[in-house]
Amino acid sequence: MGYALDFGWLNDAIGMIASGAGMTVFLIVVTSVAGTVLSIFGAIGRRSRHAILRKLVAGYVELIRNTPFLVQLFFIFFGLPRFGIRLDPVTAAILAMTLNMAAYSTEIVGAGLDAVPKGQTEAAKALGLHPRIIFIKVILPQALKVIFPALTSQIIIMMLESAVVSQIAVRELTYEADMLQARTFRAFETYFIVTLVYLGLSIGLRRLLYAVGRRSIAGGMA
Amino acid sequence: MIEFTFWDIARNLLLAARWTVLLSVVAFTGGAIVGVAILLARISKRKWLRRSAEYYIGLFQGTPLLMQLFLLFFGLPLLGFRIEAWTAAVLGLTLCASAFLAEIWRGGVQSLPNGQWDAGSSLGLHYVAQLRLIILPQAFAITRAPTVGFLVQLIKSTALTSIIGFEELVRTSNAINNATFEPFTVYGLVALIYFVLCYPLTRYTKKLELRAVQR
Repeated sequence: MGYALDFGWLNDAIGMIASGAGMTVFLIVVTSVAGTVLSIFGAIGRRSRHAILRKLVAGYVELIRNTPFLVQLFFIFFGLPRFGIRLDPVTAAILAMTLNMAAYSTEIVGAGLDAVPKGQTEAAKALGLHPRIIFIKVILPQALKVIFPALTSQIIIMMLESAVVSQIAVRELTYEADMLQARTFRAFETYFIVTLVYLGLSIGLRRLLYAVGRRSIAGGMA
Repeated sequence: MIEFTFWDIARNLLLAARWTVLLSVVAFTGGAIVGVAILLARISKRKWLRRSAEYYIGLFQGTPLLMQLFLLFFGLPLLGFRIEAWTAAVLGLTLCASAFLAEIWRGGVQSLPNGQWDAGSSLGLHYVAQLRLIILPQAFAITRAPTVGFLVQLIKSTALTSIIGFEELVRTSNAINNATFEPFTVYGLVALIYFVLCYPLTRYTKKLELRAVQR
């Protein structure tokens, strides 16, 4: 028995695939920004003078890193309404992705902060700069420069992981693929095309981040 | 309507967790075996083999695992194989694991000084013997921490097989949740079970990393 692959449906489906890809990109952009900012606070908390804060952040990081993203997502979307926190799918997805991303990048940002030589802080202090200015203008840019490749990888991993938010009916790329294959009965072809779109997105995202990173972080700031 | 006590929920989840553990072990073992083959291709002297392995790794690292599972689940029947969720899950996770493990171990091989190969040659060992006796044992030893770290990632990844219908921890928890309407308890317990499985391995990874730094 032969099976002929059929891509005839593709013409009508381009719009759906594009809007799904748009949602995936939207999710990852919001998550990358929010997750990175949150992880900077996480890394600071991890190095705080207060033991409680250090333990709290460490606990959060370990909890997220040792449980599957899918379970975190279900917990937030299905579990939180118990406490009257009812989130729509997109908000729940962004919250779950941001919390997940922040846990991983807290470790990454922390490693970057540790990599900045102590002399930098001391020199800045000697110049009479305020501690907050020292952190924002001296330490953080250098740390970001060191961790940029690792952060880029983390963002791409998160983008690929975001495929599972289709399970709570967020209309992103995988969700649109599910809809399409239910309509065309061409499951293999549909997922094949969508897999290629993901591959393109991850390659494109990596290129873009490296290009942007080289200009703004490696060049201008540090 | 059947009443579920907390104990019923916990017992059913623990029973389902056996499948999560089994799938992780099988996929890790299979992934290690296929991974060695990919690694050999990746460090081969033939350019086309190196290239193919590179693309293989890039393909699995650049696409979502969920898509890989879907493609196997819907693609293999087209080739005439009868396939069940378990088969697709094992196959998908094995292939994915092989790509990640090969890439981790390649790092180990490449961190070894060239002198290790030269020394092997000067002892009169041929290529396979050099690999088996000198290169691979050291590469595996160096990369033990990231390898165990990947096992943690793999255990968490098994959750995705619930979506193609494999009855592991998450799929069972969805069913229980639909019957009990206690998502907070159910998913909280599920998270706890995964944590208990993964955390000791994470701690072990940290210990290995520290040991590597001190050495």
